[in-house]
Amino acid sequence: MIDKLSWVTIYPEIVLLVMACIIALVDLSDTSARRTRTYVLTLITLAVVAAMTGMAASEGKAIYGFGNMVVSDPMGNWLKCFASLALMVTLVYGRPYAADRDMLRGGEMFTLGMFALLGMFVMISGSNFLLIYLGLELLTLSSYALVALRRDNAVASEAAMKYFVLGAMASGFLLYGLSMMYGATGSLDVNEVFKAIASGKVNHQVLVFGLVFIVAGLAFKVGAAPFHMWVPDVYQGAPTAITLMIGAAPELAAFAIIIRLLVEGLLPLAIDWQQMLAVLAIASLVVGNLAAIAQTNLKRMLAYSTISQMGFVLLGLVAGVVNGNTYNAQFAYSASMFYIVTYVLTTLASFGTILLLAREGFESEEITDLAGLNQRSPLYAGVMAITMFSLAGIPPLVGFYAKLAVLQALIASGQALYIGLAVFAVLMSLVGAFYYLRVVKVMYFDAPVTASTVSAPRDVRTVLTINGALILILGIVPGGLMTLCAKAIVATLAN
Amino acid sequence: MGLLSLAIWVPIAFGAVLLAFGRDEHAKGVRWVALVGSIVSFLVTLPLITRFQNGTAAMQFVEKAPWIERFNINYNLGVDGLSVWFVLLTAFITIIVVISAWEVITERVNQYMGAFLILSGLMIGVFSAIDGLLFYVFFEATLIPMYLIIGIWGGPNKIYAAFKFFLYTLLGSLLMLVALIYLYNTSGGSFDILAWHKLPLSGHAQTLLFFAFFAAFAVKVPMWPVHTWLPDVHVEAPTGGSAVLAAIMLKLGAYGFLRFSMPIAPDAAHEWAWLMIALSLIAVIYVGLVAMVQQDMKKLVAYSSVAHMGFVTLGFFIFNELGVAGGIVQMIAHGFVSGAMFLGIGVLYDRVHSRQIADYGGVVNTMPKFAAFMLLFAMANCGLPGTAGFVGEWMVILGAVKANFWIGLASATALIFGAAYTLWMYKRVYLGPVGNDHVKELSDINAREFLMLALLAIAVLWMGLFPKPFTDVMDASVTQLLRHVAVSKIPS
Repeated sequence: MIDKLSWVTIYPEIVLLVMACIIALVDLSDTSARRTRTYVLTLITLAVVAAMTGMAASEGKAIYGFGNMVVSDPMGNWLKCFASLALMVTLVYGRPYAADRDMLRGGEMFTLGMFALLGMFVMISGSNFLLIYLGLELLTLSSYALVALRRDNAVASEAAMKYFVLGAMASGFLLYGLSMMYGATGSLDVNEVFKAIASGKVNHQVLVFGLVFIVAGLAFKVGAAPFHMWVPDVYQGAPTAITLMIGAAPELAAFAIIIRLLVEGLLPLAIDWQQMLAVLAIASLVVGNLAAIAQTNLKRMLAYSTISQMGFVLLGLVAGVVNGNTYNAQFAYSASMFYIVTYVLTTLASFGTILLLAREGFESEEITDLAGLNQRSPLYAGVMAITMFSLAGIPPLVGFYAKLAVLQALIASGQALYIGLAVFAVLMSLVGAFYYLRVVKVMYFDAPVTASTVSAPRDVRTVLTINGALILILGIVPGGLMTLCAKAIVATLAN
Repeated sequence: MGLLSLAIWVPIAFGAVLLAFGRDEHAKGVRWVALVGSIVSFLVTLPLITRFQNGTAAMQFVEKAPWIERFNINYNLGVDGLSVWFVLLTAFITIIVVISAWEVITERVNQYMGAFLILSGLMIGVFSAIDGLLFYVFFEATLIPMYLIIGIWGGPNKIYAAFKFFLYTLLGSLLMLVALIYLYNTSGGSFDILAWHKLPLSGHAQTLLFFAFFAAFAVKVPMWPVHTWLPDVHVEAPTGGSAVLAAIMLKLGAYGFLRFSMPIAPDAAHEWAWLMIALSLIAVIYVGLVAMVQQDMKKLVAYSSVAHMGFVTLGFFIFNELGVAGGIVQMIAHGFVSGAMFLGIGVLYDRVHSRQIADYGGVVNTMPKFAAFMLLFAMANCGLPGTAGFVGEWMVILGAVKANFWIGLASATALIFGAAYTLWMYKRVYLGPVGNDHVKELSDINAREFLMLALLAIAVLWMGLFPKPFTDVMDASVTQLLRHVAVSKIPS
């Protein structure tokens, strides 16, 4: 069964695995505090992987390998490409911060980061319940260790513990749900499950029972309310560099498994899971936006903002199947994909700025720590302002088009209920605008506490500037990325 | 690149350059670059009026290029008689604002000037977009520079004002966004405003759309009772911010009624015209009375803006040519006059650092040149014949009398209130004996301020004495609009 074609589907994973092992060894010979050699080697590896997946994605073909265990399709490859790039950017932003806090010793941050990425890759390309679950566990186990990287820090250890306990429970939910599906349909293969359910011969009650657990497990992983409790604690407690590592790239993988499980596998049950996602989306929008207002800690505020943004992503997934008709599916799912990709881009910039302002012994994680940033450094204040306006969904920044695409998918369904949801989402984003604006207010309108200028290593400065500029440029010409997402989703749905 | 693209992007490019390279150490250079930028931006808009063809209601200087192909969104620009003057007005006011800030703004000069230049380009974009989403992007994007302008350079309560401005207007425009997406889907996947004009819509859908647009535009105009943000924001905003807000940003809302509400939902517009007329009359009369009791000059002018914009919406919703054309003329005139009033208050504030009427008195004794200018603008604000303020109000009142005598009578009485509050303020601030030591030490306007006020004075007199170029340009478009609105769009 394992023919030549199969290997093509996992070339990036092989490169990543081999290089992760090699880099772990190379790091033994690198004893410098900043781990320059390990760092450069990791970045090169990630760039190569990003290029490989990017090229595979632009070929636009969907290839199954290893007896339909893995699939290499444009959606998956683009998400892998973006995840690699996101991890690269994370490492660039995070290295000075981690070096100051003695987190680079042993080079674990790089190797664990790469193993986490490998886990994401497996999740993204898995077309089999077990493989998806394995990928998820590889990702989350690496993440638990990453959060606990500062052994001597009580807050970080607490966050790691919470993350582990709740994460393990969520994995348990997901696994239980998947086992129900297996029991009902007799297959672990996503496409086989789809066929079995579509045939209508499977007991609906058992399916819905399993579905509830799957949706709950997924909701845990993306941090949708009411399964969001871990998000604020972990975001705040983890060292900021690690917060970014678990808050950016993994969202892409989480989106991928939602598509793989719910759409590719369980689309015949759409009418059931769409209702569940709608409830989760409403709860996330309410909880995320309202709780964010009360926060004084910037990381915690961004955690609640993540919850509300996930609400929007889920809203996009709600509108795919209308009255049993899938004509709206490609618009709805590509809207969500566009949303999650641009969300990751903005998250990188916002945490990048926090990391940049943090110094040895100073975390810069209170909102007031940004006071008067415009006077200290107009450039970084500008990047942060662009990010905040984008998260608030103000044009001409890319976040606006993400919201537009989701709202369009909802309204195109023509259902009064969905149009009502769109109006509700719009009103909640008005609430959201308030706390994003508050960050801008602190940076621009308040007087600085310290007059010291902000200095940053050249790599951080360059990448952060490009990151901020991309949010603006993609806002002025968003067409390309939208088309890319649309094509990827169409190719995936066609399978 | 077409003329409209130049009009939009030249000021934005200058603004971006200032933001990127300007430093307070080179404040002088920054000011000159800003001035050159604003003048060049104005010059590129001039061909729009000289080459404009009167007598046709079609869009002119049209540019169309695909922008977001996925949703069939086009970079589609064009102006007709309704919008072309506002492009020039925006560019003109920006020059004045740059001059007005010359020595006044000393900190972060590049950001101040950059924000105004970018704002100017965005507002021109609003007036020239004929793609619904492009319009929305420009319309919303204007909030960002204005929020920063109010918040950074504003008065003591600036943060409250900046948030109020942003969130109030965002609420309205988000509902409009839903309406735009609804229209996109109903029209079979098009954001073309002109196609929406032809789209048949049921009465129910029209009513919902009308109120969604109403939410966005009424807040922006602002109409009574959603006008409460305006006085707060005007009081706190820096002089330039107030001038741009009153002169141009308020017009974005009124223009929206002409471009969206009336032609897209004509049946709903007729059905709800009574409401619009009632709200306009309340604005004209009640807010006029409110203006009379204000102690703060900026607040007084802010309320007077609400009252004057009431004339504009009144003119639109009586559905005759005099009314609509009068409303547009009033918008342009108010742009000059309110801008001048705010800049005048700014001149006083820079010297005395007070906006309270009670802190002044007898300014004419120490600042005769300035007082003369302000007399002209005060007269224009009351609608004295021969000034810009007269033409529009007169046309609207004539139109109102044609439609219904009592509406005409009610709006005409508002002229008396307008004269009362403006002249009473003028009397208390400028006339009489010197009020206190501050006033005694005042120095008359310098060459820069003279230039700024003289430019506006010329505009006010020109428009008052020779309004024909303004009305000729809009005639065909107004006629076409009214003909279009008169036909029901409800599918039979």
